[in-house]
Amino acid sequence: MQAIDFVAPTSVDEAISALAAGSGMARPLSGGTDLIAQLQEGRLTLDTVVDLKRIPELMAISISSDGLTLGASVSCHSINNNQAIRDAYPALIDSTHLIGGTQIQGRASLGGNLCNSSPAADSIPNLIAHSVTCHIAGPNGRRTVPVEEFCTAPGRNVLENGEFLVALEFPAPPANFGAAYLRFIPRNEMDIAVVGAGADVVLSDDGSTIQSARVSIGAVAPTPLFVQEAGDALAGEPVSEETLAKAADLARDAARPISDMRGTIPQRKHLSGVLTQRALRIAIDRARGTKTVDELGRLNGHG
Amino acid sequence: MDMAKKIAVTTTLNGEESIFLCEPRQTLLEALRDNLGLIGSKEGCGNGNCGACNVLLDGVLVNSCLVLAPEVEGRAVVTIEGIAEDGELHPLQQKFLEHASLQCGICTPGFIVSAKALLDDNPAPSEHDVRLWLAGNLCRCTGYDKIVRAVLDVAEGDS
Repeated sequence: MQAIDFVAPTSVDEAISALAAGSGMARPLSGGTDLIAQLQEGRLTLDTVVDLKRIPELMAISISSDGLTLGASVSCHSINNNQAIRDAYPALIDSTHLIGGTQIQGRASLGGNLCNSSPAADSIPNLIAHSVTCHIAGPNGRRTVPVEEFCTAPGRNVLENGEFLVALEFPAPPANFGAAYLRFIPRNEMDIAVVGAGADVVLSDDGSTIQSARVSIGAVAPTPLFVQEAGDALAGEPVSEETLAKAADLARDAARPISDMRGTIPQRKHLSGVLTQRALRIAIDRARGTKTVDELGRLNGHG
Repeated sequence: MDMAKKIAVTTTLNGEESIFLCEPRQTLLEALRDNLGLIGSKEGCGNGNCGACNVLLDGVLVNSCLVLAPEVEGRAVVTIEGIAEDGELHPLQQKFLEHASLQCGICTPGFIVSAKALLDDNPAPSEHDVRLWLAGNLCRCTGYDKIVRAVLDVAEGDS
């Protein structure tokens, strides 16, 4: 087994230098729930681990009227226990309560979930529904990428050699905003999504009309899909089951899944529609202030 | 194997300041068991699925097989060896015995550390809370009912 180096920089600039040093086989570490497992199983070759968790910016939770900036290495546990996030972005908790079990949530980060770039990642459709912007740092400076453009293939993303994710920026939720993430698994917990769906809506003040919406589905394509046409079809429409069914049809059409041990193509296409419609219903309930995060937690099997 | 350079890690281990040497790629579980002789934490799966290696890291429940040993520099680690106090079994350990919540015992340290983290977080959990919290701890002998009953017994005793 090959020896490696371990470094724990305390600033973004130090991390950039650490990742650039050596033979280009340095990898950033956040929660390690993917990286260390892959390293132990010999599926990953690297010469240096760069632990990002000593960098204040990577561990920061900054929430204000401008929105939420979440350091890329913040753990699901920290998010779950942050009352300001629970109040302002309740749908985010749908994902952070679903990623692994308690002890995985103690380490796993949303930044890591995104950078691992699994098609079935439980946070990514949710991040897409929330219109998140990814802040990236690297040897050529900083740049931003809309989260729906981040993943490029299973396990691959837009990060260039030496770059790493610094933070996820969530816009401030507008008035009458609601979002939700739902997934289907054959067990109650601790499983990988057969299909996942994230949705957000902004309603009119009287709650009767959808002003805008975003829909994203996971585990049905090589990357999490942003189904822009489904959200667009809802804009300006009255809140009704007929309207939501149209969006669900568009999500079903957009899904291009494979059949594997977790599900078949027809099942996954069907689920894409069902989960999209249900996620939209919950997002609408939340926008109207009639459904709490804890109620939804029970829907996902997480009391 | 390459001659790996070793790193000295200073940590608070079960309440006492401790310095140990490790290779950079060793996991915390490997360092605990192989370098420090704390063999209470078990390797079940080695990839974060079974919970047999669970420890508290700054009070947060984690799989020690998914932590690199150098990461715990300056942090506080509590293992199963740190659960009993002053030679007295922790109430969870006592109730696991009374309820016969174990057979082979490999999963037990992880369950007890996980249950302690639960009760630290929520002293009066429901049965659903207990089952959900312990979903990442696998037992292949007894099933889970006696384990859940033992945890609930402690929780009720506290409340």
